[in-house]
Amino acid sequence: MTGLKSGDQGAMAQLYDRYSSIVYAVALRVLGDTGAAEDVLQEVFLQLWRKPSAFDAARGSLGSWLAVITRNRAIDFLRKRRPETDIDDLVLSVAPDLAGDAERARAAEKVRGVMGTMVPAQRSALEMAYWEGMSHSEIADKTGEPLGTVKTRIRSGLIALRKAFQG
Amino acid sequence: MSEHEQFADDLAMYALDALRGADRARVDAHLATCAACRLELEQLRGDTALLALSAAGPRPPQRARQRLLDAVAREARVAGVAQTSTRASWWGWLGWAATAAVVVFALSLWRENTALQQSLASMSSRAGESSRELEELRRVAAPILDPEAQRVTLVSTKTAPQPQGKAFYLRSRSSLVFLANNMPALPPRKAYELWLIPVNGAPIPAGVFKPDAHGSASVVNPLLPAAVEAKAFAITLENETGATAPTMPILMMGAGE
Repeated sequence: MTGLKSGDQGAMAQLYDRYSSIVYAVALRVLGDTGAAEDVLQEVFLQLWRKPSAFDAARGSLGSWLAVITRNRAIDFLRKRRPETDIDDLVLSVAPDLAGDAERARAAEKVRGVMGTMVPAQRSALEMAYWEGMSHSEIADKTGEPLGTVKTRIRSGLIALRKAFQG
Repeated sequence: MSEHEQFADDLAMYALDALRGADRARVDAHLATCAACRLELEQLRGDTALLALSAAGPRPPQRARQRLLDAVAREARVAGVAQTSTRASWWGWLGWAATAAVVVFALSLWRENTALQQSLASMSSRAGESSRELEELRRVAAPILDPEAQRVTLVSTKTAPQPQGKAFYLRSRSSLVFLANNMPALPPRKAYELWLIPVNGAPIPAGVFKPDAHGSASVVNPLLPAAVEAKAFAITLENETGATAPTMPILMMGAGE
């Protein structure tokens, strides 16, 4: 990141090599289209190049930060809406870095394990919100469940993931 | 139920970037005053990053890497030219949007620096550093805001210069910079008034202005309500004291680019 802040193109290439697979995987999972996923990949890394100071290493890992930005941008793309969260404002707590393939694979296994323990309605609400960008009211309409129940399921699902990685 | 508990479920939706409009504004307002909920939001965003882990798939094609590095190299070249050119052409390279971003940033930093300098008067070394930064930002913004600056609008050679306005609005800071040129001269005791057209509600006055002899004008950081989402900006002709509601017709109007 230090190299990036001084405009080092080589540093950009290194960061791309470390994180492009997670960024592309997230974009492709949301969009289901390789061309659109490439566009989001390009946009996310160009944002990092133009504004490396937006990432604060003290508040999270770069891989997690990029994954969250990518998912949000891909959802904006999918739903044809303008981004509302500036990358400067996107602060997240420390989470796994996701840079190495082995680390990613272990963490992915853990995530799948936690998702597997959730009741189907909760898992489904969380996936609709995360991968399809559906609002709580859209999920409530689709599932016929009360709004409050949908919101609580999503929140408790996220917290269950957190606890699995804290323990 | 505590105030935090009331927001707890909404924070999760916020972390998923799923709150829009009034719901989002309500949470934004709470976050501005609640450190505990800001911390919880950061943690929930960290949780959403974990969900990203379950995405698996092929690596991006090699051409994507080259496409990115080509784009980075192009931007680096433009930046290099900017650093070695005269100041005038440097602005030319940047264009309206980037220029205004610098202006908005400079003004907001100026406001923050002013407050900082007042409260930290005893810390002379830091204040001195802030002053140097402020002076540099003022120097950078001067060609835009100084009334003596030469302003040139390039248009198609087959088109007569048309009135043009550019509004740069940073909702999160309620900061607005408006620049106009080729504005027609005003009748006596009349002025132009800029309006922020919100997504919901009535137009909000965003400054009264009169163009100079060259037809140029600017409005910088008028008093605006906090964090209003703008749908469009418009200009009307009003009495020079300004109006609280626009008088038809709307002379100029534009939505976001």
